[in-house]
Amino acid sequence: MELTIEVVVFAVFAIITLAGALGVVLARNLFRAALLLLVSLFGVAGLFVLLAAPFLAAVQVLLYMGGIAILIIFGVMLTRGMVQARQVMNSQWDLAAVIALVTFVILMIVIVQVAQGEGAPLPSLPRGDVAADSIAQLGAALVDPAQYVLPFEVASVLLAGALIGAVYIAREDEAE
Amino acid sequence: MIPLWMFLVVGAALFAIGVFGVLARRNAIAILMSIELMLNAVNINLVAFWRYLTPETMSGQAFAIFVFVVAVAEAAVGLALIVAIYRRRQSVVAEDMNVLKW
Amino acid sequence: MIDWTNANYLPWLIPVPPLLAFGLIFLITNRSWWLTVATAITATVTSWVLALAVVLRSVGAPVLGLAAPEHFGANAFGSSTPWLNLGTEQFSLGVAVDPLTVVMLFMVPLAISMIMIYSIGYMAHDPRKERFLGYMTLFAGAMLTLVVADNLLLLFIGWEVMGFCSYSLIGFWFEKESAYKAGVKAFMTTRVADVFLLLGIAYLFAEAGTLNFRDIFFNEAFLEKLAQTPALLLGGGLSAAGLIGVFIVIGTIGKSAQFPLHVWLPDAMEGPTPVSAMIHAAAMVSAGVYLVVRMYPLLEAGADPHHGIYSAPLLLMAYVGAFTALFAAIIAVAQNDVKRVLAYSTISQLGFMIAALGIGAYIAAAFHLITHGIFKALLFMSSGSVIHAMEHGEHHAHEHGHHPHNTFESDKPFDPQDMRNMGGLRGRIPATFWSFLAGGMALAGFPLITAGFWSKDEILAEAWTLGLGGEGFGPAIFVFILLVLAAFLTAFYTTRQLAMTFAGEPRSEAAAQAGLGGPRSMVSVLMQGPLLVLAVFAVIAGFVGVHPDFPLFGAIFSPSGNPFHEFVGGTLPHHPPTLAFNLIPVLFSFVVALGGIYLGYLVYWRKPLAAGQVDPTQAALDRISPAIYAAMRNKFYVDELYDAVFVKPAYWFSETVVSRVLDRGLIDGVLHFIARAATVIGETFKRFNRVVIDGVGDGIPQGIGAFGRWFRAIQSGNIQQYLLMVALSVIVIGIVVFWNLVR
Repeated sequence: MELTIEVVVFAVFAIITLAGALGVVLARNLFRAALLLLVSLFGVAGLFVLLAAPFLAAVQVLLYMGGIAILIIFGVMLTRGMVQARQVMNSQWDLAAVIALVTFVILMIVIVQVAQGEGAPLPSLPRGDVAADSIAQLGAALVDPAQYVLPFEVASVLLAGALIGAVYIAREDEAE
Repeated sequence: MIPLWMFLVVGAALFAIGVFGVLARRNAIAILMSIELMLNAVNINLVAFWRYLTPETMSGQAFAIFVFVVAVAEAAVGLALIVAIYRRRQSVVAEDMNVLKW
Repeated sequence: MIDWTNANYLPWLIPVPPLLAFGLIFLITNRSWWLTVATAITATVTSWVLALAVVLRSVGAPVLGLAAPEHFGANAFGSSTPWLNLGTEQFSLGVAVDPLTVVMLFMVPLAISMIMIYSIGYMAHDPRKERFLGYMTLFAGAMLTLVVADNLLLLFIGWEVMGFCSYSLIGFWFEKESAYKAGVKAFMTTRVADVFLLLGIAYLFAEAGTLNFRDIFFNEAFLEKLAQTPALLLGGGLSAAGLIGVFIVIGTIGKSAQFPLHVWLPDAMEGPTPVSAMIHAAAMVSAGVYLVVRMYPLLEAGADPHHGIYSAPLLLMAYVGAFTALFAAIIAVAQNDVKRVLAYSTISQLGFMIAALGIGAYIAAAFHLITHGIFKALLFMSSGSVIHAMEHGEHHAHEHGHHPHNTFESDKPFDPQDMRNMGGLRGRIPATFWSFLAGGMALAGFPLITAGFWSKDEILAEAWTLGLGGEGFGPAIFVFILLVLAAFLTAFYTTRQLAMTFAGEPRSEAAAQAGLGGPRSMVSVLMQGPLLVLAVFAVIAGFVGVHPDFPLFGAIFSPSGNPFHEFVGGTLPHHPPTLAFNLIPVLFSFVVALGGIYLGYLVYWRKPLAAGQVDPTQAALDRISPAIYAAMRNKFYVDELYDAVFVKPAYWFSETVVSRVLDRGLIDGVLHFIARAATVIGETFKRFNRVVIDGVGDGIPQGIGAFGRWFRAIQSGNIQQYLLMVALSVIVIGIVVFWNLVR
């Protein structure tokens, strides 16, 4: 595989993603971990762009980085005092590392098996081009009764329920 | 063009890192963050498969969006729970939340 | 666009109103009793009307210019839509109305509507009555979903929702410890069975790739193949179809409270009486029988009970059903709680249906399901009316005695459900008496004029023809003998119940003062109106299934063949054979019903019990041995047995003393794990040694205790440790599965 500009960009984003992720799980300071989460999420957004999904990349930046990460930072600040922990890992971290490694190895075995398999090897080129109006198509698909309108509505109900529930759980108890 | 398997490898690695974080971190908020990493790994796979195998339909992207929604809901409820627990016990260490046992 | 006037779409709408009402009641109207009542009643009655429309559409109503559809069994109403795409497989969600569904749609919404009206009167003074109606509507919606479902998955959803509703309704008066315990017990017991059912569903899906009833049942090549394939586990000649069938039957055994999972149902009487009526008549237990009736073509795959070839699920049903029918009937004779008698009679009657299905009497089982649903709803609601009247009387009696009235049991409570406190209620609540009489006679199978006679007679007739009366198949003989005995006892205990409740003189202050507040009071009308409606059906519903050759009645009601038989038989791919009419089983039906009633009349009605008198049956049995009646009264100690075999050890397993070896059990990883296991083995050896030295000692229990102490460390409460275990298991399972795939 020659070293095209695309490969370089991919490598950069992949490294950003993985390095950020490693930072998240290893960082001693929780606040730093949250910031590294932002970095990692940004890397994923870059991968989305490479995969010709600009809308998802935008959502990733706006919603994930802008929403979830900020939410988490709020969480970090609301529980201040726990930011700088003496001990980052729990007592089973060694076993956890083994399991994570085994998970990765298994996934790799599966990928290799499938890539070399007979039936449908993993393509190195996309089956076709993404339509120019793919974002419009996505929008239409989400509100199309024949496709995703029901899951879409259910998801919105879920979201509303989750947020109301979150407010309810997290509020101060006035009675006590 | 980058072959599909490379994206899958990145996804697998991200997932494994997330697994480690979930299993090993003491701070519950860090566990939540690791879960976000795992969800992102799934999203990478969804979008990559979509791009390479079925770019003509919208299923991969639509599912990725639903994963977003679930991630937001999970983060909101999870953090609310953590804040509530913190208020009561002055701790967000997962190992301290062990009242529910034998 | 969807055309909602099309009969194919109509069934979708049937479960919707109650489900909608459930949401409305819980979210919006729960502050206002009258709004709640309006919502609940509107919803159930709407469902009822829709169901009636479907029924009319499918049996044909010449008056309205509707013709019955041709070959209705094969061309059912309904439609389905893809729901969940799993890559290569796909779940569809849909509704279908075939003849079996139609008869259920006749019975279920009728009973539900009546129960709902009745609940309004019954619960009028409860502080949480709005919530009650909310759960009831959810219950109704789930049952209707289950009935119209065209696939096993949707049916299972309705099934589980009902499980939840029964839990919350049985434990509705959760201030009473016994009530919430009963709720938990019902939930846990049915859960055991539901796990098996789910296994069966999963296995079926793996084999068939679909869960749609019609796709499976009308595909004979597939059923044939399934009956040939050896089962996945439990070898021993069991076929895949057999194993799936056994799983499904176990699901029914739990839901329909058959032996040995019947224990939850009597305890379910702790719930308010409308709930009992709902669970025992309209919904829960009927759903269990409905499931096996629905799945019959699968259960029967590879077998032919009409020619003496039985499959494993059929045999299981025949033996369990017949045994349960007799077993529960015996217990019912010794119960004094007015609702418990009915509970055991329900178990017994469900046993009739299951046993009938086990010997291939498909239509008789469906017929009994319908008639039983109606008259049992009637009986429960009547008994609720009796209890209400007793509470009213008790209230009255206390007002004169200046004694503070307590809604929930005080230290030595007066039990308004105990029949020994009743007597003479006939004059106090006449409308209830007559409806109770109609329901009780239907249950006893009073010949010719009650619905119960016709359906029970059909079961006995089939069992006779296939067993003693001709073909001589072993299971049919077994079923016939047990069911005849059970039918006799049924007639006897029903008469006993009627007599103890209504005949003679009042045996307590409360009974003397009992009443529903006069015939014009709202409560009285709401509670007794539905009774009268159902009483009419309890009498006439049997006439749809009279054998055409039955003397006189056949000529009147079935001049051109048995209508119920013709109609419901169309559900199956092959119309089940019509058996020739035979006078002997009819004679048996006459003799056992009338004999039982007459014996009950002699013992209980002619000389009504006096207050404090020993039950004559007990007196008679005690002459042989006091143990018999005690065993009957204590339900043959099944509860105690389960307590000793399952519950106690479980507690013991988890609770046994001293925290010695605890916390670090698994935390320090595999090394400690092994070391400790070695220690425990060493300990056990040491103990074993001591036992040898001490002679007969208590080494083994202590060994188990030590094991429990060691093993409970796994329950550390540490969520990450649990997760670690989950991840480990997933990896192991993943490796195993993947290995198989590669190989």
